[in-house]
Amino acid sequence: MTKIEEIVQGVLNGDRRSIARAITIIENNTAETQKLIASIYPHTGKAHIIGITGPGGSGKSTLIEKIIRKYRQKGKTVGVIAVDPTSPFTGGAFLGDRIRMQELSTDQGVFIRSMATRNYMGGIAKATKDAVKVLDATGKDIIIVETVGAGQSEVEIIKVAQTIVVICAPGLGDEIQAIKAGMMEIADIFVVNKADRENADKALMDIQAMLQLNNKEKAWKTPILKTAALTGKGVLQLVEKIEEHKHFLEKELERKRSREKAEAELTEAIKEKVATSIIEDLKREGKFEEFLQKILEKEMDPASAAEKLLNERFRKQV
Amino acid sequence: MQSKRKIRILIAKPGLDSHDRGAKIVARALRDAGMEVIYTGLRQTPEQIVETALQEDVDVIGLSILSGAHKTLFPRIMELVKQKGLTDVMVFAGGIIPEEDIPEMKKLGIKEIFGPGTPTETIVQFVFEHIPKRT
Ligand SMILES: Nc1nc2c(ncn2[C@@H]2O[C@H](COP(=O)(O)OP(=O)(O)OP(=O)(O)O)[C@@H](O)[C@H]2O)c(=O)[nH]1
Ligand SMILES: [Mg+2]
Repeated sequence: MTKIEEIVQGVLNGDRRSIARAITIIENNTAETQKLIASIYPHTGKAHIIGITGPGGSGKSTLIEKIIRKYRQKGKTVGVIAVDPTSPFTGGAFLGDRIRMQELSTDQGVFIRSMATRNYMGGIAKATKDAVKVLDATGKDIIIVETVGAGQSEVEIIKVAQTIVVICAPGLGDEIQAIKAGMMEIADIFVVNKADRENADKALMDIQAMLQLNNKEKAWKTPILKTAALTGKGVLQLVEKIEEHKHFLEKELERKRSREKAEAELTEAIKEKVATSIIEDLKREGKFEEFLQKILEKEMDPASAAEKLLNERFRKQV
Repeated sequence: MQSKRKIRILIAKPGLDSHDRGAKIVARALRDAGMEVIYTGLRQTPEQIVETALQEDVDVIGLSILSGAHKTLFPRIMELVKQKGLTDVMVFAGGIIPEEDIPEMKKLGIKEIFGPGTPTETIVQFVFEHIPKRT
């Protein structure tokens, strides 16, 4: 076995060191990266991916810790990718999201990885997406991606998720700014955290007004929830909403599949009917027999015969 | 394509110390030197520290301790490092560790021990010079 094959096997067996190594290979973007992803890809697609974004200090990591605990109570395994920015000047990064989740670091049903944005050629969105694939392939039921909602690139990262939760908190002075940056459009669920603070309700009302406009034409109406991540208040309701959104997506997918199936069946049925009716006509007119003879006498091949017959027929009709 | 491998380093605080000023200063210096620094916060158990090092796939672990519990905590940490197969991870320590304990700590596999007041440049340079090779 090559080194990559060994790592892939380890990931599929849930070996934590292999998972960690696989993500490093993705981060370092070497010649081996593509091979690794190709081997892992067939084993992905089972996890539900949740994106959590919002301004710095709004309480994302604290809330994620509480969300993980809820999922663990339900017997689900959880993977986390916490993304923090790389300094453009030094290339270094301070990755501090795990501070709020350290109690869970020894839980074998949880895997937490910090990633810096670096200066990826393919963009951090691709590296994050691939790291998520590793956690998916290893069998994590729920994967949570944390990013700071600051600019366009962050909006891109969070698109790896199926359910996007946008968090804001009162007192940061940028509740509205978060919305301006395009966060409102991508939110499947909106959360006002730090509900224990006095101006939480005002933030809630401001955002609710804007959400209503946004929700008008959407099949899924983005709800707004209040949480207090430090105490865990409202977290159960948040997890329930996430599950509701997951079911919504599944139903949407089912609807889309049913539609595609019906479309294919209708197309098939029309083809069949049209062909039968044309052939019957041609037989009645004697044309069918005439061309059949030509084919038998090798004057014509069946494909050219069909083309000529149909050309004549439809020119006549015009 | 990434030309140079990024160095990932865990700065961890085992034991019951009530502040982490020193650890944070070192963490910042390492970040400013271009490394990716994962920080755990206070009061970490040896299990938490080594599990974190494993999940984050770090090249280096820096332990910061003031409480004097190094004699029980460091052997446990180094035991777990070996147990989990993190043999290519370099471990160093800083904080308040009496001179006479240093040889014993180094025998555990801790590469270097920095006393209080060590200039951060010294630590940064040491780390750069002792990055383990990876196969
Ligand atoms: N009062 C109050 N404080 C909170 C709440 N949730 C989080 N905090 C505090 O807010 C600060 C930031 O929390 P984090 O969870 O680190 O926030 P974050 O959004 O992950 O921050 P970055 O990753 O730096 O963007 C911490 O000091 C938390 O203790 C809450 O519900 N109420
Ligand atoms: Mg955070």
